[in-house]
Amino acid sequence: MTTDQKTAPARAKGETLLEIRNLQIEGQSDDVWHPIVRGVDLTLHRGEVLGLIGESGAGKSTIGLAAMGYARPGCRISSGSIVFDGIDLMKADLEIKRKLWGSRIAYVAQSAAAAFNPAHPILEQTIETGVREGMRNRAEAIADAKQLYGRLRLPDPDKIGYRYPHQVSGGQLQRAMTAMAMACRPDLIVFDEPTTALDVTTQVEVLAAIRDIVEQFHTAAIYITHDLAVVAQMADRIKVLRYGKEVEQAPTREMLTHPKEDYTKSLWAVRELENPPRAGKEIILSIDHVTASYGNSVTVLDDVTVKVPRGRTVAVVGESGSGKSTLARVITGLLPPSKGQVTFEGKPLPPALKQRTKDSLRRIQMIYQMADTAMNPRHRVSDLIGRPAELYLGLKGRAREKRVIELLNLIELDESFYDRLPAELSGGQKQRVCIARALAAEPDLIICDEVTSALDQIVQEGILKLLLRLQSELNVSYLFITHDIATVRAIADEIVVMYQGKVVQQGLKNEVLQPPHPAYTELLLSSVPEMDPDWLNNLLAKRAAKPISGIKRADA
Amino acid sequence: MSAETPGMAVEPPIVRRRRGFRSRAWRGLKKAPPTAWFGLIVVFLYVFVALFASWIAPFPESEATGAAFEPWSSEHLLGTDQLGRDMLTRMIYGARNTIGIAFATTILAFLIGGILGILVSIMRGWADQFVSRGVDVVMAIPALIFALMLLSIVGPSTTNIILIIAILDSTRVYRLTRSVAMNVVVMDYVESARLRGEGLGWIMGREILPNILPPLVAEFGLRFCFVFLTISALSFLGLGIQPPTADWGSMVRENATLISYGDITPLLPAGAIALLTVAVNFVVDWFLHKTSGLRDDD
Repeated sequence: MTTDQKTAPARAKGETLLEIRNLQIEGQSDDVWHPIVRGVDLTLHRGEVLGLIGESGAGKSTIGLAAMGYARPGCRISSGSIVFDGIDLMKADLEIKRKLWGSRIAYVAQSAAAAFNPAHPILEQTIETGVREGMRNRAEAIADAKQLYGRLRLPDPDKIGYRYPHQVSGGQLQRAMTAMAMACRPDLIVFDEPTTALDVTTQVEVLAAIRDIVEQFHTAAIYITHDLAVVAQMADRIKVLRYGKEVEQAPTREMLTHPKEDYTKSLWAVRELENPPRAGKEIILSIDHVTASYGNSVTVLDDVTVKVPRGRTVAVVGESGSGKSTLARVITGLLPPSKGQVTFEGKPLPPALKQRTKDSLRRIQMIYQMADTAMNPRHRVSDLIGRPAELYLGLKGRAREKRVIELLNLIELDESFYDRLPAELSGGQKQRVCIARALAAEPDLIICDEVTSALDQIVQEGILKLLLRLQSELNVSYLFITHDIATVRAIADEIVVMYQGKVVQQGLKNEVLQPPHPAYTELLLSSVPEMDPDWLNNLLAKRAAKPISGIKRADA
Repeated sequence: MSAETPGMAVEPPIVRRRRGFRSRAWRGLKKAPPTAWFGLIVVFLYVFVALFASWIAPFPESEATGAAFEPWSSEHLLGTDQLGRDMLTRMIYGARNTIGIAFATTILAFLIGGILGILVSIMRGWADQFVSRGVDVVMAIPALIFALMLLSIVGPSTTNIILIIAILDSTRVYRLTRSVAMNVVVMDYVESARLRGEGLGWIMGREILPNILPPLVAEFGLRFCFVFLTISALSFLGLGIQPPTADWGSMVRENATLISYGDITPLLPAGAIALLTVAVNFVVDWFLHKTSGLRDDD
């Protein structure tokens, strides 16, 4: 294979590049093979971008890997055919497939941080495949990589490659990974949720970079995501999957305007959940002029004042590093503030966890972003939920058992979950159990730290509805930390916008979401993808015409 | 596929009921490789012999029932030692003494090292520095020489042997526990337990310990072997288990002269030590492989 082969005529759009027929993939657990993908057909033409969407467990990633002729350990492709540019990947030897991987079919993983080798500079990893396959010599490959960095709008493209993965931001690393995938000018790139782990403000830039480069080189791509608004910007065609089967497939615009299947319509409807804001009366928690820092060096919170009314939801929004989670640590007492005061129900809270009474611990509960790590994998649901009830309310034996089942019903799960371990729950169920654990303490305030951002949209909607219902039944207050504006629209009464440790804007939801905005709020709000396929184009055009001033972009 | 409506299209995967502990253990055993089976059977035999020594052994432990250095015969199946005691009897009692002491020592080492390791991973800061540097100092001195020195100071009683080897070995257990516990302490569920106001005991025993148990169990097997070897080595050097208590290390030493006459009897206790060590390692390897999450088909 030479570079000449990859010049314009061979790359003309339209020719069929990848053909998958009746693909069946099985996964193994406990010696039993059960189906993951149940007969999916997929055709991809040169230069075309196909969006694969569906909730987790729909088999998106498995199909993406199968398009490379690869099955994860513990999975097997049991039947069907996968033909890539005339090569039958089902029958091809590993040796042939290895020649294809990296050079003609590339893969961009969800977490670039986990996919890069931390011990080598980015540039070395970018050029590795091309040099090894003998497509270019080292000097050419380096020059080419630098050019790619430039096209992907990475800052300082000549030097950034000499940095190590930990020395660049997440968004930059994701773009470097795209450059790596692009280095051999592959015919096909599989993008597996490349922007899911990024902030909205960073996501816009990565999306724009990926789309430009895919268009420039007429590369075919499979774009896997659970974010509909993102896929609307990227894909020519969208395929909706569920339980390993195709629900429907159509060109992007048609799919967005006229979805046929009920399931697709329900996916589309998720983003429309909204409730009117209610002004609060009694203030339950007030944070006054709090300044906090880690060690003696970096100030993470700078003179922050936030008030949470009883029975209401205050959403704290901002990108990563804005101090949202630190605020939660100050309230819970994990990080005593260096200045300022936290007042709860009119009484000042002791700054450190150890000085707080059991009762004040009970009244403020916390729900974490990653339900996986928030639950001890060796504890059963009954212990996870029962322990706070036992510790704070002294429930034992039958009474505790009854309370656990009561709480399970409250979070819309049944008694069969009583004895399960966390590993036996789905993502949404895990988060529900975490909610039940918080409720078991009968708290007045629950701090929700990005509780829905690891979940896909339908599950998110379920959790948000549950939280709203619980609030109206139990009159509990939420401090809702998030970077997702759609979530804020759905659940918040008041919004606090944070940027670099400071509160930028604060007020009732409708007030904050109405223009005019402070510069940062403007950037944040305009970066949220919309379901309009022209959204990204319009946004980029608008930003080029009138740059948002006053914001230092760490990730530009 | 247009006939399918969401919700009833394809039923979501059903979560299977969890198997009981016994059935899971049995399934695990059935899949175990032959080496693990061999190891398990050997360990089981040793434990059986150790537990029922006084019923199995043909003679009392330390009674001279024949002449010195008798060859193998129908009365003394493996001959007699330098004082005329039956070798087979001594071998059987040796299993009880050596394994029993090694077991007690290993347990004690794990109690000391494990508790300190978890405690330090929670406390961090100066407590961690203090204990860890202390452990570094102890580890810097070769263990066998250190043990010999301490035993010659306090005298080689069984309690002293157990205490000294346990303390010296607990340094390694401490190292392992600390490093694996460090990874667990930072998890959200530990933070969540602290926020709940749980005490130190709960966090150590209920939140951290269950999650670091697999590597500790594997280490327990290995540590047991090393302790066993250390005790045998000390006995061989004369500062281990004292006569007339039978133990394999000193049996090798006391009868070593026989080798020059072409008699393999002194090699038997040495072989018994080697066999047990190999068997325990087979079991540990299998256990490590099972708990490391590696799949056989990779």
